[in-house]
Amino acid sequence: MSIEVNKLTKIYGSQKALDEVSFSVFKGDILGFLGPNGAGKSTTMKILSCFIPQTSGEAKITGLDVKTDSLAVRRVLGYLPEHNPLYKDMYIKEYLLYVAKLYQLDNSARRVRDMIELTGLGREQHKLISQISKGYRQRVGLAQAMIHDPQVLIMDEPTSGLDPNQLAEIRNVIREIGKEKVVIFSTHIMQEVEALCNRVVIINKGRIVLDDKIEKLSAVSQVSNTITIQFAPGSRVDTASFRQIDDLKDIQPKNENSFEFTSSGDRDIRVELFDASVAAELKIIRMEQRSFSMEDIFQQLTTNS
Amino acid sequence: MWTIALKETSSFFSSLAGFIISGVFLLVMGLMLFFFPDTSILTGNYANMDGLFYLAPTIFTFVIPAITMRFFAEELQSGTIELLATKPISDFRIIMGKFIAGLFLIVLCLLPTLVYYYSVYQLGSPKGNLDTGGIMGSYIGLLFLSASFLSIGIFASSLTHNQVVAFIIGAFLCFFCHWFFFYVSKVPAFVGRMDYILQKFGIDYHYSRMSKGLIDLKDVVFFLSVISVFIALTHFVLRRRKW
Repeated sequence: MSIEVNKLTKIYGSQKALDEVSFSVFKGDILGFLGPNGAGKSTTMKILSCFIPQTSGEAKITGLDVKTDSLAVRRVLGYLPEHNPLYKDMYIKEYLLYVAKLYQLDNSARRVRDMIELTGLGREQHKLISQISKGYRQRVGLAQAMIHDPQVLIMDEPTSGLDPNQLAEIRNVIREIGKEKVVIFSTHIMQEVEALCNRVVIINKGRIVLDDKIEKLSAVSQVSNTITIQFAPGSRVDTASFRQIDDLKDIQPKNENSFEFTSSGDRDIRVELFDASVAAELKIIRMEQRSFSMEDIFQQLTTNS
Repeated sequence: MWTIALKETSSFFSSLAGFIISGVFLLVMGLMLFFFPDTSILTGNYANMDGLFYLAPTIFTFVIPAITMRFFAEELQSGTIELLATKPISDFRIIMGKFIAGLFLIVLCLLPTLVYYYSVYQLGSPKGNLDTGGIMGSYIGLLFLSASFLSIGIFASSLTHNQVVAFIIGAFLCFFCHWFFFYVSKVPAFVGRMDYILQKFGIDYHYSRMSKGLIDLKDVVFFLSVISVFIALTHFVLRRRKW
């Protein structure tokens, strides 16, 4: 059970939407797919779901090539397209039954019931799709993507337009599925990636700029070498008091009572800064270590190119 | 394939459009054949249904593209084509599913016209004095013509995500395939040289032959070719995925 993408390239006319993208995902992985708008996230997902063909390179889902074994791939794959298109003139139950029949499931009626329960659509199940709110439509989209118990689930912005409660519920659903399946989803919400994924791929201008385990990114984000200290008003700060601290590279006044301390190493120098302040009879009222968030990493990787 | 056919049929009747299209078709037919004196069977003095089969292609030029216009245009417009195309079903089966649904709807539109047959049968003097064989042949011809128009309409629908545009292209192509070759053969440059050959390219020529109750394999092959060509074209357009 895996997704393997090897040097995938897609050219639209003269524009290179994907440029030799390679990554692989295995069972139990939830991969967060990040990138600015127009980076190539949706294009990658559309190729993986056999909707559009790639220009070159190959993509394999559970060992089956998306180009040559398209029908077999589509059988094991659940796909939620961007904007979640649905037949608005159908009833929820009718629609799910229709999708189940397209997958030629033997136990269509039972699968539809299970999906309605899993996605919490019970109260709405007899309504027309055009009558339900966006959050519920998103659930219908998820239900149709999972109705055939796919081994691989690909979702393009599955949580857009949901309220915080629905967000939490949908995340739980995805997390449960992710335990025994392969899940790829794209999103713009960084917290979601931190909360849900164990792998992150950041793509920019058709190229992969980061592909890593989420733990590693979190570890990176804790080590920061900039510390801001605010002293009590009226303190007279002599920067010489801190000179003896090893690794301290620079001290910059930010405003009257605040200073930014930059260290050169990976070592945490907060305790030493505190001790030095006490020795210099300076009263600290706030000390803050700037931590790199996913947003910082994202911005760094997707702007300076 | 049958799943799609069933879904298309039910969504046709779940909206008012389905009833309106088939209702308008039957209303126009009824008015033309039994009320307006110029085209009425009653004032025509002959116990036949030629009027129906003469008018049907003209009306179908509008009715069939109206049925088919949403088949792909709506899927392209709403993006649901992405759902359909990523399900384990081939493009060809998607097209055929819609084709079958369209054919079913047309048969449903045509079934009530059997009442006309019964009326004319009863009104004949002596009773039952009408060319049943000819009428059967005409119905078969009309079915082939409908199927051809249907494949044209489906093709038109796959070209655009705008249903109105799909309707207009469909109606034009139906008109073109049915009458163009007949009328162009009347251009002086062709008369007496290749007018007969030109006419053979039009649906009109083969339809009128069938209307005489003559079911020739050549005509059947012609209709099947038209249907195959437009279904193949639709398949080609869908494969290109340029939306």
